[in-house]
Amino acid sequence: MAEVRLDGVGKVYADGTRAVTDLNLAIAEGEFLVLVGPSGCGKTTALRMVAGLEEISEGTVTIGDRVVNRVPSRDRDVAMVFQSYALYPHLSVRDNIAFGLQLRKMPKDEINRRVQRAADILGLTDHLDRKPRNLSGGQRQRVAMGRAIVREPQAFLMDEPLSNLDAKLRVQMRAEIARLQRDLGVTTIYVTHDQTEAMTLGDRVAVMSKGILQQVDHPQSLYDHPANLFVAGFIGSPAMNLMRGRLERDGGLALVLGDQRLEVPDTALRDHPGLEDHLGRDLAVGIRPEDMDDADLSDGSHNVLTSRAELVEAMGSDVMVHFTVDAPRVDPGDSDDTELEVEAAPGLVGGDGGRTIVIARCNPRTTAQVGEPVRIAVDTSRLHYFDPASGQAIGYRAPESTETDTRKEA
Amino acid sequence: MSAVPDVNHVESAGSADSPDSRDAAGGGGSIQRGPVGRLVSAVGSGVVQLFLVIVAIFWLVPSFGLLIASFRPESDNSTSGWWTALTKPAQLTLENYQNLLQNGAITHSFLNTVYITVPATLLVIILASLAAYAFAWLDFPGRDWLFILVVGLLVVPIQVALIPVAQLYGTLGIFGTRLSVILFHVAFGLPFAVFLLRNFFAGIPRDLLEAARMDGASEWTIFRKVILPLGLPAIASLGIFQFLWVWNDLLIALVFASSDAAPLTVALQSQVRQFGANIDLLSSGAFLSLIVPLIVFFSFQRYFVQGVMAGSVK
Repeated sequence: MAEVRLDGVGKVYADGTRAVTDLNLAIAEGEFLVLVGPSGCGKTTALRMVAGLEEISEGTVTIGDRVVNRVPSRDRDVAMVFQSYALYPHLSVRDNIAFGLQLRKMPKDEINRRVQRAADILGLTDHLDRKPRNLSGGQRQRVAMGRAIVREPQAFLMDEPLSNLDAKLRVQMRAEIARLQRDLGVTTIYVTHDQTEAMTLGDRVAVMSKGILQQVDHPQSLYDHPANLFVAGFIGSPAMNLMRGRLERDGGLALVLGDQRLEVPDTALRDHPGLEDHLGRDLAVGIRPEDMDDADLSDGSHNVLTSRAELVEAMGSDVMVHFTVDAPRVDPGDSDDTELEVEAAPGLVGGDGGRTIVIARCNPRTTAQVGEPVRIAVDTSRLHYFDPASGQAIGYRAPESTETDTRKEA
Repeated sequence: MSAVPDVNHVESAGSADSPDSRDAAGGGGSIQRGPVGRLVSAVGSGVVQLFLVIVAIFWLVPSFGLLIASFRPESDNSTSGWWTALTKPAQLTLENYQNLLQNGAITHSFLNTVYITVPATLLVIILASLAAYAFAWLDFPGRDWLFILVVGLLVVPIQVALIPVAQLYGTLGIFGTRLSVILFHVAFGLPFAVFLLRNFFAGIPRDLLEAARMDGASEWTIFRKVILPLGLPAIASLGIFQFLWVWNDLLIALVFASSDAAPLTVALQSQVRQFGANIDLLSSGAFLSLIVPLIVFFSFQRYFVQGVMAGSVK
């Protein structure tokens, strides 16, 4: 086990494409760090640079107290789990797991002991003599994990290890990986594009976009205090509703969204230092779907947006109510994602004519009907404010130290 | 000359197998059909099978005739056709083979064939697989240009190289030796071998090599423990092809091998007379020459297993 540090790491490919820019990260001993971001954001490249599979163009990578820029993968003492599992098809499960140990000329009985133990942990004991092609997807994934575990490496590197599994198995393996990592206490860097995986697995989560690190923090802090529009739009499902609004002092504070007004508690100014400078000016406002509800079902709140329901999605535990607000939409800079959304529902997303589709996560007892008027109560104490020019959250303070041991309580 | 019966034999063995598999497939597919449909498909597959059997027999006849002839005494061969042996099997004898094996020139040339073919095959496999790995997976300057050069060499005909290489051998003083024949075969076998193996190796998932690298493998270990086992189907096919080419070669041996180094093909060719008097020696010699490639083919063909890659990634 060791600390893994990336200092000013950058990657420029031979054709001039820049994949990663000035990446600074310190992963503490035994920490589980998740790198998350949309496809093409540089997270896998970053991981591969730590693994030694990609040359480091700029900066340094340190594992333990050794700068490994010039150290080949085989001498870095890190183990990697690949998205494709990359099992050796001609070897049995036992030999697949033992491969790395055999190469290190470890004594036979020690190899057997470690393979047996890994197989016990992963429930592979009955399959040790099978070939990978005779295993199910979940079992193959476990073999790939086993191959990493027996090495007892300085760090685990995992590149979307669950994305080839079906949804149910993914949830199950996610829990197993979390348990394993906690039991073994090995420093882990885990790359995923799935924010659920990121939020549930990571001690800390690093959000990347276009090769640039956006924010690193505990999962809950990312959700509660996104550093900028990108993180705000990326973390959370459904995504945070982002629109242009104006904060005005009119007796009390009020948020103006198009022709609607919401009262905002004065504590907002205290919670978001610097917000005062933006009074009376346009800013980007974020409202989480979770911070809204059907006004008829909440207790007498008078902070209500009125509109017409355009789509009602019953999820069982919640009902997603889509409605429009007369305020221009704000693009979180997550171009990949928004394009997808536009393709999926061209009529719904987009701020044409200064309107924004807002999604509220409502109590399942809501009576909202498509095409009927709705009244949506907003918890205005939990609004998010962003500078519309820079996209930075107003009053955001980065966590003081990112290097302390930040392990979650079990 | 032994190439013709040899290829025929292999082909017919292949087509003799296929009626069985057709039958199995047809039977499986006809389960859901009605009685009429079943009758139609039974008749249909019957016709197909009959056709295949006829083709197989048609292909087999020359080789079969040669085989029978090799078991008939010279006197019978010169007076009646081989098919008379079908009604009068008493004339069959092992005498031709006994004579053949006692013929010092033939056994010596047979050994020459082995001494030429085995190293020429092994050298090509070893050199080509190493080169193919480098072309497929190692980054070095000029890699693509070199590979294009190798592919370009594929189109060089052997005939244009005979004279310059003969001159070169003369200068080196190895003209007429087995070594000269081996070297020529290796040189002209390599471009195709490198091309074939490089393309196969390049199809091995990159993740596997990277996984091995992470597991602590050096390039050499990756080659030995990952690439070679996974490349076995391609290496087996290459081995069979190269073995057959060298074993059946007449032209190169005729040009470069002195009589002491001449392989079986040359020895048999020198026995060919204008009026075909020594069919007993030629037919049995041809079968002696044919039996080894057949053994090689059937012992390596099991590596042509489909789906060796299954289960490695995804």
